[in-house]
Order: sequence, then C-alpha cells, then structure tokens
Amino acid sequence: MFKWLEKNLPKIVMAPAVGLIGWFVYGFVLWTLYISFTNSKILPKYELWGVGQYVKLWGSRKWLIAVDNLLIFTALFLIFCVVIGIILAIFLDQKIRAEGVLRTIYLYPMALSFIVTGTAWKWILNPTLGIQKMFIDWGFENFTFDWLVNREMAIYTIVIAGVWQSAGFVMALFLAGLRSVEDEIVKAAKIDGANLFTVYWKILLPMMRPVFFTSFVILVHISIKSYDLIVALTQGGPGISTTMPALYMTQTAFHKSQVGLSAASAMMMFMAVAAVIIPYLYSELRRENAR
Amino acid sequence: MQDKINTSYKQLEQRSKYTNMFLRWFLYLVLILFALYFIFPLYVMIVTSLKTMEEIRQGTLLTWPSGLNFDSWAVAWGGRGYGAGDTFLKPYFWNSIKMVVPAVFFSTFIGAMTGYVLTKWRFKGDQWVFLFLLFGCFIPFQAILLPMARTLGVLGISNSVIGLVLVHTVYGIPFTTLFFRNYYISVPTELVKAARIDGAGFFKIFFKILLPISAPIIVVTVIWQFTQIWNDFLFGSTFSFGEAAPIQVALNNMVLSSTSVKEYNVDMASAIIAGVPTLIVYVLAGKYFIRGLTSGAVKG
Repeated sequence: MFKWLEKNLPKIVMAPAVGLIGWFVYGFVLWTLYISFTNSKILPKYELWGVGQYVKLWGSRKWLIAVDNLLIFTALFLIFCVVIGIILAIFLDQKIRAEGVLRTIYLYPMALSFIVTGTAWKWILNPTLGIQKMFIDWGFENFTFDWLVNREMAIYTIVIAGVWQSAGFVMALFLAGLRSVEDEIVKAAKIDGANLFTVYWKILLPMMRPVFFTSFVILVHISIKSYDLIVALTQGGPGISTTMPALYMTQTAFHKSQVGLSAASAMMMFMAVAAVIIPYLYSELRRENAR
Repeated sequence: MQDKINTSYKQLEQRSKYTNMFLRWFLYLVLILFALYFIFPLYVMIVTSLKTMEEIRQGTLLTWPSGLNFDSWAVAWGGRGYGAGDTFLKPYFWNSIKMVVPAVFFSTFIGAMTGYVLTKWRFKGDQWVFLFLLFGCFIPFQAILLPMARTLGVLGISNSVIGLVLVHTVYGIPFTTLFFRNYYISVPTELVKAARIDGAGFFKIFFKILLPISAPIIVVTVIWQFTQIWNDFLFGSTFSFGEAAPIQVALNNMVLSSTSVKEYNVDMASAIIAGVPTLIVYVLAGKYFIRGLTSGAVKG
C-alpha cells in the first residue's frame, strides 16, 4: 500500500489540477455546447431542440451588429497595435537614452484594468468637457469630437482605448525578439552596404515571423474576448451600436434570460478562439519538440 | 588619386553624420510624442481628481489644478456619509484583497506542484496532460459562465468572496502550470536524480532542491496572478453583486450610477484608487511583470 502510494505520488499530486480543469473547463464547455442545442429560457432544459438557437442567433440583428463590430475592431486593433508596437520597438532598439523610462511609460497601461482604462477614456472623450472642449478653448471654435455618442463612430473610441492599452505589449514582444538577434548578422549586412532601413525591412523583420504570429494570436484573442472595455466605455451604446459578442452573450443570458441562445453565442466565440489557438499551439509544440 | 578617394570618403562620412544627427532627432521626437500619448490619460486622471467641479467646467483637460485638493479622493474612498445610495470604494477594496490573496496563493501553489511533476516526475503521456491544462489558458470564459453560475449556486457560494476565490484559483491553474513548467524544465534533471538515489522523496526534493531556486518564477507568477485577478471584471460582475463585489465592479457601478450631477473628479479619483495597487507592483517589479507578459500572455 505504502509502496503504491509512493510510486503514484506524482500522479496523485497532479490529480487535483487535472480534475479541476477537466470539470471546470472541459465539462463546462460541453455543458454549454449541450445547452446551446436546447430551448432553454430562464432555466436550462435538457430536451434537445436541434440547431434552432443557432438559426435564431444568425437571424438576430443585434448579433450581426456584434459580429460586424468585432471584425472592425479586430482589424483596426491589430493593425494599430502591431504598427505602433514595431515602430516603438525598432526606435527603442537604437541605443536610446532613457530607454528604461520610455519603456515603462509605453507599457504601464497593461497593468491597469480595462475598467480603469475605460473610465479614463470615457471622461477624456466625452463631448461636453473632454477633448472637444479643450480644442474649442484653444480657439478651434468649430472643432467637434463626439465619437463617443455617435452611432457610426462610437466603435472607434473602443479602438482608441484598446490600442492605448495594448500597443506597449506588442512593443515588448518585438523588442525582446530584436534583442535576441545576434549582432553579427546586422554588422555583416552593414559591411555589405545595407543601410539601417534595409537591415530592418529585409533582414530583421522577416526574422520576427514568430513574434508576428504570437502578437496576432494574442491580440485576436483579446479582441474576441473584449468585454470590460465596452462595458466601461459605451455599454454597447449608443443604442446597440457598439455591441460585441462577449457583451451580447452576457446580456442575453443575464438580462434577457435566453440561456439557450446565449449558450449558442458563447459556442460561436469558443469556435472563433479555437480556430486561432489550435494552429498556434500546434506550431508552438512542434517548435519545442524540434529543439 | 589616393588623396581624392580619402577626401570623398570623408565627405561621405561627414554627410552621413549629418543624416544620422537628423535621424536621431527624429527618433527622439517620435518616441517622446508617443510617450506623451501614453502619459496623457494618466495625467488627465490625476489633475481631474484634484480639481473641484467648478474648476473642471471652467478649464480644459490639461489645466493645472488650483491646489492639492483631495476632497474627491476622500469621497471616492469613504463616501459622503449620507447612508443609502452612497457608494464608495473602501469595502470593495477590501473585498478584492480578500479575494486576491487566497486565490493567488492557491493557484500559485497548485501550479508549482503540477509544473514540478510535469518536468521532474515525467510519466507516459505527460505532454498530453500539459496540453490538456494549457488549453485552459485560451478558452473564452463566456463558454463557462452559465454552468459556473449554476455551480456556485448549488454550492451555496454565489455572490460571495469565497466563490470568486474558487473561480480565480481554478482558471489561474493553466497559467501558473505553464509558468512553473517552463521554468523547471531548464533545471537539470540530474540534480533530482542524484537526490533520489540518496533516498530523498517527492516532497523533500521539491522543498529542498526546487523551491529554494524558484524565487524568480514565484515572483513572476504571483505578479501575473495578482494583476489578472485584481483587474478581473467579467467574473466579478457575473458572480457577485452588492456587498460582495470586488473593486472593479464597484468602480464601474460608481461611474455608471446616474446621480443628478456627474462628478468627474470623484470618478477619476476612484479609477486611480482601483488602479494603484497594480501600478505600484508594475513600477516596483516591472521586470518580472514583463517576463510574465511575454512568456505566458494569452489572457485578455
């Protein structure tokens, strides 16, 4: 008995973690999947109902707006974060004075919650006393900046705040990547007559492909899950113009009490994340095994 | 001839020196402009929190406050003292502390144990077990919200700090496992083998050999978990309301509560109070914070 215990001790120690994740992650996802095929309203029902909830979901105007917003947000969020992140990383890589201070400034938003970020930007972007007033007081009398309360433009305020929060993170990833490249490669290129621009454009950035990939995966992942920032900044408004899938899911579940429909939307999000993550994990694992 | 080449080379050098200088100015200009963009909201938050509403209406976002006026900070932290409807952050700040400390402790401990087993007591199929746990880093939490809400209800711990401790511990395990596993994998296995030959057991090896060299990864993990859990809003707002809510939920409620006049100075003071703990950690231990971010950053 004691022998057995000793032999299996590692597995016994692993058991709680595996059990908890098995139950709370895999079990729960399966439960949600099952519920998405039922006609559950306030309380879950367990008779299968087919794909009705998914039909309903994709016929819902609000969900289509949410998906549309997600695509707009993801595209802009990705582009701005990556471009700003790369520019900052390359510039910081030029033996800059006070690099530590600048890096700290670029990255501190990552330490704040999206609720804090959203609260701050909501105040800055508010049309009565925020940026608009600042410019008017400076003498630009016709200056208007009302994106926060403008149906067409409100989604872009979420991009502004989101990029502010996450661009520094992309910078940190690229800076770490650039620093891991050996000096000899850059020196050799310079001796061959390449200028700094060519060195980065033709040599270093192509070498950063794994970093691009990682940034892409993480940023898409953040944007699919974005919830807090929208709640704090616009609450999905004006109207429903800035709804996104994560917000749709919780509102449908907890305000509208449409548990089945809400589960269907959660599963759509799950599949979207899986489509990005599984290739990523696969390639990461292959890279690790190759080492 | 030789002279001619020399002078033209010097000219070239001279010219590239001027371009270089111009480039460096440009470089610094861009870096500083971005720094201002990143600093701007923090600056606005701080000055706004120190102004009176009258000053806010008269000045602009950038106007310097007339003095160090901490009234709105006092209101944000301790309320106005008129009872019902008076929301302030103090009790929720403590809720968050009570939630964060045990959740960080348990998830870090479990992660250290699983990371230890997965690297030093390898068994058949351990790679799959790791992958099984790792996938938990990525799931969108919307896919587990509904069953979690029911489970907490069945266990009788919905709308309580204990419930949130459970939730954060469980969903922190994939990350803490990842951190410790990646750290322990670089510790030479020979060390462990030698200790086993000497008759040291599972726990003795962990506490005598691995734990003493784990300080850096413990710091990384604790900072990561602290930041994630302190900043969480989704779980907090879904599984708690009223008195059991953590600080981010309380902050959001405070800002959204539409009393007659919007008090931006109190809002900003509240936002700073909710953000200060993680900011302090970031400033004091930025190196470890960044290490956590770049090695395991996947959570939104």
